[in-house]
Amino acid sequence: MQQISPKIQTQASDYPQSGSPTYAIEARNLNVYYGNFRAVKNINLPIERKKVTAIIGPSGCGKSTVLRTFNRMNELVPTAHTEGEILFLGQNIYAPQVDPVEVRRRVGMVFQKPNPFPKSIYENIAWGAKINGFKTGLGKPSMDEWVEHSLRRAALWDEVKDKLHQSGLSLSGGQQQRLCIARAIAIQPEIILMDEPASALDPIATLKIEELMHELAEEYTIIVVTHNMQQAARVSDYTAFFTMDEDRAGILVEYAQTNQIFTNPKDPRTEGYITGRFG
Amino acid sequence: MPYSSPRESFDRALQKLLDQVLVLGSMVEQAVQSSLDALKGRDLNAAQRIYHADQNVNEKRYQIETEAITLIATQQPMARDVRLLAAILEIITELERIGDYAKGICKINLLLSDEEIDPAIFADLQRMADLGLGMLRRALDAFVNLDTTAAKQIPNEDDQVDALYNHIYRNLINEMSSTPTSIDRANHMMWAAHNLERMADRVTNICERIVYVATGQMKELDSSDDEKRGGS
Repeated sequence: MQQISPKIQTQASDYPQSGSPTYAIEARNLNVYYGNFRAVKNINLPIERKKVTAIIGPSGCGKSTVLRTFNRMNELVPTAHTEGEILFLGQNIYAPQVDPVEVRRRVGMVFQKPNPFPKSIYENIAWGAKINGFKTGLGKPSMDEWVEHSLRRAALWDEVKDKLHQSGLSLSGGQQQRLCIARAIAIQPEIILMDEPASALDPIATLKIEELMHELAEEYTIIVVTHNMQQAARVSDYTAFFTMDEDRAGILVEYAQTNQIFTNPKDPRTEGYITGRFG
Repeated sequence: MPYSSPRESFDRALQKLLDQVLVLGSMVEQAVQSSLDALKGRDLNAAQRIYHADQNVNEKRYQIETEAITLIATQQPMARDVRLLAAILEIITELERIGDYAKGICKINLLLSDEEIDPAIFADLQRMADLGLGMLRRALDAFVNLDTTAAKQIPNEDDQVDALYNHIYRNLINEMSSTPTSIDRANHMMWAAHNLERMADRVTNICERIVYVATGQMKELDSSDDEKRGGS
């Protein structure tokens, strides 16, 4: 089988060039290993600021692995190690002097299964904000105001405003996921990573999360991993299609504006995957 | 890759839809030829029958449209599949309009009542129809085979149809100026010619959709299309 090199479909008119200040974060020559196994190979993936970028591909193609490199979550897997760079504001977040806790504050994450703290709705928001240095004072919002602001931004306020001191776990799955999004934005990240954020939710709760992603992209950069291609097509501005090469390492096949990927993909492997025919 | 297609039922539904487009294509092809035959033979009964049979063409078009919309809604087609379904929606509209041209020729036949038709003019009309129907047949073949080479070549033949139309137009204008009593009849014949000229333009539109399905590129294939240029 021919060696497949990842390529990025770029056009000067519709896609910013490498090094553009519009990138929020950028993977360069990224390789991630679990022990001796190379899980993703030579990934170059620049993410545009304040846009929704979707990562799609078959199971095992390294989508979530790549997502987790954007805030150094892979380090929590004991055998994992990373080569290459993740540039955030021009700096490699894997450089020795960089504090991973600070990275995770600036690059928030929402997981597949909603995981609110076993605390009240209010405390779910206030805790993270306090731990991350939220201070009230003259000219600054109070914690109550901040909790309301965060819940409003996550489109949850109207549903919980009368029960802020009930447990976060008393909410429905979709509400819990929006609570997790509110908790993520309460610490004012620049980027929000979402790993299958709606796959455990019913269709209406899913649509609410998708609608929320559109709204959040006005303020934040969103990178979402999803198995649901229709979801990627609905919510994202850019789509990256990953698959596996002959060594079962994840590779980036095609990366372009979402409308192009879903109406006229350039690579036959992308066409095969998104039309359900797998080349 | 070690995968088999998990979309066999969708593929079968698409194939069935393509077959139905071909059925519609042969219905309108038959209607155009029959309308010319009825005009040549001044067969008003046949003209009446073909005129009303256009309803069947319309129904077939709506049936295909409904099935295509159902597939879009239920199968979430992507990439070439969505381009194919979008193209089918366009192509059946073009075919249905070609059916309307046949119906229009029948109406002209009925309006002409017992007037005689100049055999030379009719011969030119038949040549236009032969050219246009040949283009239509090959365009439908190119569609089912996604043959972009053919789809790009077929519109070139529209120039011959346009030339015949201009020839008929000039002859009829001359006739109208020399024999004012012929104005009604000549005007009707001009409409018949115009219908056939438009048929070839519709085939060009079909060819554009074939190229779109195959390549994703949407572009005009025939710059000499009079109507697109602003009318003649």
